[in-house]
Amino acid sequence: MNFWSDVLKYRTLLLMLLPGVLFFLLFAYIPMAGVVLAFKQFNYAGGVFGSPWNGLDNFRFFFQSGDAWRVTRNTALYNIAFIIVNNLLQIAAAILLFEAARPWFRKIFQTMLFLPYFISWVVVGAIAYNLFNYDYGTVNVLLKAMGMQPQDVYNTASYWPLLLVLISAWKALGYGSVMYLAAITGMDREMYEAAEIDGANIFQRMRHITIPNLYPTVIILVLLAVGNIFRGDFGMFYNMVGNNGILFSSTDVIDTYVFRSLTTNNDIGMSSAAGFYQSILGFVTILLANYAVRRYDKDRALF
Amino acid sequence: MPTQTQATTAASAGRGRSRALKGDLLLFQIIGYSVLTVLAAACLLPFLLVLSASLSSESSIIENGFQLFPTAFSGEAYRLLFTYPEQMLRAYGVTIGVTAIGTLLGLFLTSMTAYVLSRKDFKWRGSFSFFFFFTTLFSGGLVPWYLLVVNYLHLKDTLIVLIVPMLLNVFYIIVMKSFMNGIPEAIVESAKIDGAGDFLIYARLILPLAKPALATIGLFIALGYWNDWYNALLFISSKNLMPLQYYLYKMLGNMDGMRKALISSGAVVNTSLPTESLKMAMTVVAIGPILLAYPFIQRYFVQGLTIGSVKG
Repeated sequence: MNFWSDVLKYRTLLLMLLPGVLFFLLFAYIPMAGVVLAFKQFNYAGGVFGSPWNGLDNFRFFFQSGDAWRVTRNTALYNIAFIIVNNLLQIAAAILLFEAARPWFRKIFQTMLFLPYFISWVVVGAIAYNLFNYDYGTVNVLLKAMGMQPQDVYNTASYWPLLLVLISAWKALGYGSVMYLAAITGMDREMYEAAEIDGANIFQRMRHITIPNLYPTVIILVLLAVGNIFRGDFGMFYNMVGNNGILFSSTDVIDTYVFRSLTTNNDIGMSSAAGFYQSILGFVTILLANYAVRRYDKDRALF
Repeated sequence: MPTQTQATTAASAGRGRSRALKGDLLLFQIIGYSVLTVLAAACLLPFLLVLSASLSSESSIIENGFQLFPTAFSGEAYRLLFTYPEQMLRAYGVTIGVTAIGTLLGLFLTSMTAYVLSRKDFKWRGSFSFFFFFTTLFSGGLVPWYLLVVNYLHLKDTLIVLIVPMLLNVFYIIVMKSFMNGIPEAIVESAKIDGAGDFLIYARLILPLAKPALATIGLFIALGYWNDWYNALLFISSKNLMPLQYYLYKMLGNMDGMRKALISSGAVVNTSLPTESLKMAMTVVAIGPILLAYPFIQRYFVQGLTIGSVKG
């Protein structure tokens, strides 16, 4: 009775919320129910809920082929490398932007560093093609000019871990440094002035004031990123590597694997099993990461 | 007079120190400007390389590879793109239409949802917030979502599939909500006393006050639509519905198809196309509008990121 009078009281607000609720019901919650596909032998006649169960067969194939280990390892290692390199570069850029550059230059630099954030991964793919193409690529033009052998980057798997780390850092630099710049701007300047009067030079002030003061922000951002360690950046991997099987040993992540199993091999069962495996891994890690953030600073936890 | 002596030594030591400090500062600034210049160059040069290649003659590319400045200037690639531009213009049209509709509708839904969640007197705001937030923690994955869109909603090869799945994003709702939390409650209260309904309060009072957040989130949504190729990759096979980024993706990967299309449309007669410069010219055409708008919109993104870092 109370419930219905509340519904009546909040009817306008509830109606305003309705489109959003329907949207997430349709595109998020209904697909969650679709995880049952991972345990089914899918056929189009039966559909998602009418197809027969097949227990853990889909998982068995995914794990026994060795693919599961390979793509999980790649996803986690890439994300760890991205977190370390991206954050270090972003922190360095933020410190230099704030402490070394005059305001006018700071704006110019920031504008330039932010540029890669605005382009799609398809365009980044075109840029990578310009740089690394075997016959005409800029990198090979330079190598040849220095009398060195051109490198066949698109046919050499071992180059890609380094390249992907660089590309990720390149695209995220401007975006990430804004966060750190905001944290530095918000710091108490009195400490700097006091340290300056006490004769601490700029390097000492960086080392003993700016960097320690950034730790809380770093820890939070890194922990939150660690929560997403099993989610690969599909756009990046797919546009850099595409369906170039020669590179898969070092570039295949869970997301590209699921995509390929679905679209190329049309293997609904196994791709759902791999997707479900990723969802569970992701869910557990994000809960753990959030728990760690809560322990560290309750107010900045996600929930 | 020991105190005076102490004061003078301290003062002279202070002067010496400040000279040393200035030297350190200079060194620091030299390092700072050098590192930032290198980083900025790394961010800009790739764009210049693409631009230069798009303006180079095909034979100079084949001979010398891609260069920072064209060794032999040629507008042939652009001439080809613009002589029979139907396909490209259609891709532009799809992207502009999808971006305009998606941004307006997305902004409306994001702000309306965020407004209800920001109302402190709304009894179920906690439960509903969790309902939205949970979708960022757990998802059914690609396959069930794909089957839903294709087999149950039958949205393959429609414009709707390029717009609807990207309308709402939990992160944007949270940012918008935390911005609206900062709007004084007294405004809502007084409007209520005057008898205004909840929707009217949202539309007439809250939206104008939320303009900065609307501008920022609107630009994020618009950029998302402009740069989207993923939904097209999954769901679009009709040539008429390809958005710009996906058209570029197709062109980069499939110059043969491009060649056939150009030959059948009569743009070229021989089979040798300037494929390399054409790829780069198409890239320039696809990023052009973003690069032109970029200096003016960049600060809104910086604002948005800093609003977003405040937890709502």
